This record gives sequence, C-alpha cells and structure tokens, in this order.
Amino acid sequence: MTVTIYVPRDSGSLALGADKVAKALAAEIAKRRLDARIVRNGSRGMYWLEPMVEVATSAGRVAYGPVQAKDVGALLDAGLLDGGNHALALGDPEKIPFFARQQRLTFARCGITDPVSLEDYEAHGGLRGLRNALKLTPAEIVKQVTDSGLRGRGGAGFPTGIKWNTVLEAQGERKYIVCNADEGDSGTFSDRMVMEGDPFVLIEGMAIAGIATGATKGYIYLRSEYPHASIALREAIDAARKAGVLGQRILGSDHAFDMEVRIGAGAYVCGEETALLDSLEGKRGQVRAKPPLPAHKGLFGKPTVINNVISLASVPIIMDKGAEFYRDFGMGRSRGTIPIQLTGNVRHGGLFEAAFGMTLGELVDDIGGGTATGRAVRAVQVGGPLGAYFPRALFDTPFDYEAFAARDGLIGHAGIVVFDDSVDMLKQARFAMEFCAIESCGKCTPCRIGSTRGVETLDRLAANIEPEKQVELVTDLCNTMKFGSLCALGGFTPYPVMSALTHFPEDFRPQPMREAAE
Amino acid sequence: MQQQGTQALADVAARTNAVIDELKGLEGPLLPILHGVQKEFGCVPRDALPVIADALNLSRAEVHGVVSFYHDYRSEPAGRHVLKLCRAEACQSMGGDAIADRLQELLGISFHETAKDGSVTLEPVYCLGLCACAPSAMLDGVVIGRLDEGKAQEIVAEVRT
Ligand SMILES: Cc1cc2nc3c(=O)[nH]c(=O)nc-3n(C[C@H](O)[C@H](O)[C@H](O)COP(=O)(O)O)c2cc1C
Ligand code: SF4
Ligand code: FES
Repeated sequence: MTVTIYVPRDSGSLALGADKVAKALAAEIAKRRLDARIVRNGSRGMYWLEPMVEVATSAGRVAYGPVQAKDVGALLDAGLLDGGNHALALGDPEKIPFFARQQRLTFARCGITDPVSLEDYEAHGGLRGLRNALKLTPAEIVKQVTDSGLRGRGGAGFPTGIKWNTVLEAQGERKYIVCNADEGDSGTFSDRMVMEGDPFVLIEGMAIAGIATGATKGYIYLRSEYPHASIALREAIDAARKAGVLGQRILGSDHAFDMEVRIGAGAYVCGEETALLDSLEGKRGQVRAKPPLPAHKGLFGKPTVINNVISLASVPIIMDKGAEFYRDFGMGRSRGTIPIQLTGNVRHGGLFEAAFGMTLGELVDDIGGGTATGRAVRAVQVGGPLGAYFPRALFDTPFDYEAFAARDGLIGHAGIVVFDDSVDMLKQARFAMEFCAIESCGKCTPCRIGSTRGVETLDRLAANIEPEKQVELVTDLCNTMKFGSLCALGGFTPYPVMSALTHFPEDFRPQPMREAAE
Repeated sequence: MQQQGTQALADVAARTNAVIDELKGLEGPLLPILHGVQKEFGCVPRDALPVIADALNLSRAEVHGVVSFYHDYRSEPAGRHVLKLCRAEACQSMGGDAIADRLQELLGISFHETAKDGSVTLEPVYCLGLCACAPSAMLDGVVIGRLDEGKAQEIVAEVRT
C-alpha cells in the first residue's frame, strides 16, 4: 500500500523551508525505492511546528515537526512511514493541546486535505452545504444565514444575512458576488490560510451566495502580496469548473455561477469595500461615499454582495449543519467561531479557531504561551494597524465584538500581535500615523493631512520639544480624524494612537522622566 | 537617433497592444492590463500609457492617475532581484526594524532604491501574512520567515551572485 506523506504548501510553511523538505523527501523516497507519495496539504496553523510533516498510518496520522531538509534521512531511518519514533515526533497532530482546544468549523479541513483535490474535499464533507442550498429557495438560504448569526469577519461585523437579503431584493439584470481577499492587516493570515489550504470552501461559499442572491458572477479580489494563494485558488477554480461545481449548471441544477481571481496592486485602502470595487473597475482605489450601498449599486453599478473570505467560507458549514448548530457557538451577539491569529512576539504563533468568548489573556498567555523572546508581555494590538493596543490590565476582555468596543478596541479581522516589554509605545503610535499617511487614498483632509501632521507631532514629542503641547495636539488631531474621515482608515487610526497614549502614558512623558522611570 | 527612437516607440506600442488584445475582453480590464504590461517590460513604460488610454477609451491622465496610485507599478525597471521586507507591526515586534537596518547596511541601499550594479531593489511591504513567522521577507516571490542575521547574510549572498 502506498503510504501518504503530507508536507504543507501554504506560504507560512514555505517561508520556513517546506519546499526543501518536500524535495529532500522525494529524493530519498526515490533513492530508497519506497512505496510512498507526497501530498502538499495546507497548514494546520501551528507555525512554531512548521514545516510539520504528517504520515497516514494504519493507526491514524502521525506528525513530525519542525522538520528541516537535513532531518529527512534520519526520519526515514527511524521508520517515518510507519509513524516511527524520533526526536521530532509529535504523535497525533489533533492531540497537540493547541489544536485539541480548538473548535474547527470553517477550518475543519485546512491542513488535512489536498487543497486542490475536489475528491478529497468531498470525502471530508465538502459540497454538502451547496447540495442542501440547491434544494432551497433563495429566501430560505438567506434566512439560514441570517439565523446563524454570522457577522462579517472582515472587520465591521455587519450581519451577513441582512446584506444578502438586500441584494436578493435589489433589481438588476446582473448581480455580483465579490470576495474581499485583500487581507492587509498586520497580524492576520486566516484568509490566506483558507485560500491556500482549503480553497474549495471559499468557492462553495461564493456559489451559495450566488444562488441565494441571484448573482451569476463572482470575483475574488486578492492582494498581490499573496502569490501562493493565487496559485491554489486558480487550480481549485479550474477543478471546480471541470467537475461542474461552477459553470452554466451548478451540479446539474438551473443555477449558473462562475468566478475569477483578480490581483490588486499594493494599496491597503483597497480592502475598504467601495475602494475595492473602484479598483476592480479599473480606477484608483478611492473610497466612495455611501449611500448608495454596494448592495444596491456595487460593481459596475450593479447589486453586489461584498464579503470577506472567512465570512463566505463560513457559509458551507452553516448550510450543511444548519443555522442553529452554528449559532450555538459564541456569546452575546457574536455567534459562531472566529479564527484568531496569534502573531508577533508569541511562543505558539498560529491560527486558533474557537467560539467567541475566550478572554484575551487566555489566548495570549495560555494558548499563545507568552512571548517568543521569553520576556514579559507588555502590549497586544488586536485588529490590525487600525486596532487598539491593550495592556495586561485589559486581558480579561472576552473575544466579542461588543466587549472590545466597550473598551475602545476592536476585533477587526481577529489578528493579535504580541509585544514584549522592549516595545516603545511612542514609536508604535508614530507608526500608526505613518501607515495612515502612506496608505491614505487622499479623499479627505483629516486623513491625508492629519496623519502627516501626526507623524511630525510625535517626532517633536520624541525630541522632547514642548512634550505637553504635542500630546494635546495629537489628541486634537485624533479627534478631527475620528469624526472628519470618510472611512475607517482615517477614522480608526486614532485607536492605536490614543490607546497607546492612554494605557502607556509613561512612554509619552518628557525624556528625563522616561529615563527615570526605566 | 531619431529613427531609433521611433523604432523603440513602435516596439513598446506593439508589445503593449499584444497585452491589451489578450485582456481587453475582461470586465474592468485596466488593472489586469497594467499587470500584464509590467510583466512584459518590468515596469509600466511612459510610452505605454497613451496606447492603453486609446484602447480603453480613457484619457492619458486617467491612466496615469491609476498607475501612480498603486504601490506595485514602477516607472523604471527594478534590479535583477527584488527584496521586499515586511515593515508592519507583527514583524516590528520581533525585531524587524533592526533586521531592516542591517539589510540596508549590507546591501548599501535604502528602501525604494536599486543597487548601483543593478543587482537588487529594496522595497518595504506591509504584511506578507507571515506574521506568526516574523520578521519576514519576500525575495523574487520566494517567502522567507524568521529572518535573522544568518538569513540576512544568505539573502545578500544570493542577490550578489
Ligand atoms: C481601510 C480599510 C481596509 C479594509 N481591509 C479589509 C480587508 O483587507 N479585508 C476585508 O475583508 N475587509 C476589509 N475592510 C472591511 C471592508 O470594508 C468590508 O467591511 C468587508 O469587506 C465586508 O465584508 P464582511 O461583511 O464579510 O466582513 C477594510 C475596511 C477599511 C476601512
Ligand atoms: S479616511 Fe483616508 S482612506 Fe478613508 S476615504 Fe478619507 S482619505 Fe481615503
Ligand atoms: S506583519 Fe510582517 S508578515 Fe504580517
């Protein structure tokens, strides 16, 4: 019997040497004339163990990691093909505590299947949601999604069902599903992991969205920084089209739906939904004033659903297991699971999918295991470059949209970036302003000019020039940006800046005092 | 000289038109065309702009406005290698700034610059989605995680060959 060995192909694993491992393995298999084949799977999301190699044995899968190319010979000598013992052996990957504590719904197949094999996808429960959807009316599908409580995972947390319903009811001879795969926030990679590790779940979700709203064409707007996601998506779309999952008659039904991948050109603001639409149309990616909503006048002026990758990829499981099943996870108005990304200076960095409601402290200290450098955790930024910095004092905040908002923070795309006690919060506040200045679309003055003034002001503060006055000025600038900006780029930049100032005031004190405090 | 200039212009137009012909059937074809042109020439040449504008029935200013808006499009070709270093928060938290300083020192160039011998162009990038393996970089499309002094040396050796 041919033994299957899994070596991830996701870019996180590639960045840690997965291709070299796969190559060394292939060479050794050939040299030793072993009856084994290599499947390039996605990542399970435990990046401190990547590249993690798995072998399918009669007793289940056995993992080894982190494996480097130079380890391959010794691993085979130790009986890798039978799950033999070795210093890098991790046992059953699903029993590793980081993995075992998760509730994987959206990421159920990620790291397990061959991302571009439709047979593998179906064998692991894929397409059941789509098949169920084909038995329902559009209104019934929309109702399921509404009842599931799913809120947009792209940041704003707007109920997905309500958005779909608006498009369903809108009149238009052509409608679109646009997938926002611009994932530009620092500390986030869950979209990338799904696209590279289980692209069919996104394709299935988009097809369901099409059937539900009467849209026949889908676009995935993918950032140019993700070339590996582009390759996996295109392979999967081709396979889906060949198998009739996409095309004129989805799975033999009367519904038509097809999709295309479009690559962005390196502009953070194109993650904002209306800027994204302008970019897709071939314009500068500038934010449009709302109304009209994209649901009424979206891509090329037609009714358009625009959803984040994870929002769409969460739909198949809802249509498979039902709205109630999904809604039973979570707390308050935050229902279902959320793929949390533990990143930066953290010991166990990776993707942790769990129901809403775990506290920030549990996630950072227990699951993440504290910092990678072994120093104390001083600050975490949640929700990307527009998210607030939280100190340890706020570690009891549960992962819930409302709970974070109540403490002047946001969940955003659920990325957590951990910093140890060597962080300089004045520097981080300055970076937030600088990032806003670099990425501003230029449409409104508070964002375009305010961010540049913010950088200058914080530089004067760092140089100890009238520090009290600079703090006052930054606070004032933040107020103007918050209330005078058209979109969240200018409007939310005050979150990282003001949270740094509020929770870490010692870093903003005049120099002599800062030194005395150290 | 004059004739050579006309010849070069005709060449740019012909190659640009080949890209346009392949992609103009798409909905919203401008970005795909610009990506195609940049792949063909290594940059978006100034002389390609009127050709694209003509084909898509846009003004030259409109096309220029789009090209200049996006960080990815260049007006001059890059060096033989392109090194993108992540400058965003997760990478900062793992000492990304120090590695960035070190690489600039080793390469003898700053961000947005190309080495005099044309070997490498250094560019900032804000997140490569490798935030759990920070600090990270991308060299000619190849991703690199957990950058340290050793990996920085390897990168420098690779772009110098
Ligand atoms: C500056 C800015 C950048 C954004 N970037 C992204 C992004 O990269 N991905 C994303 O899904 N949403 C992003 N959003 C949110 C989108 O505008 C929009 O809310 C989302 O795509 C809607 O999908 P959802 O309801 O499924 O979350 C961004 C918003 C702003 C203001
Ligand atoms: S806030 Fe900034 S990015 Fe948003 S619309 Fe205004 S200028 Fe553009
Ligand atoms: S912040 Fe550097 S890869 Fe995400």
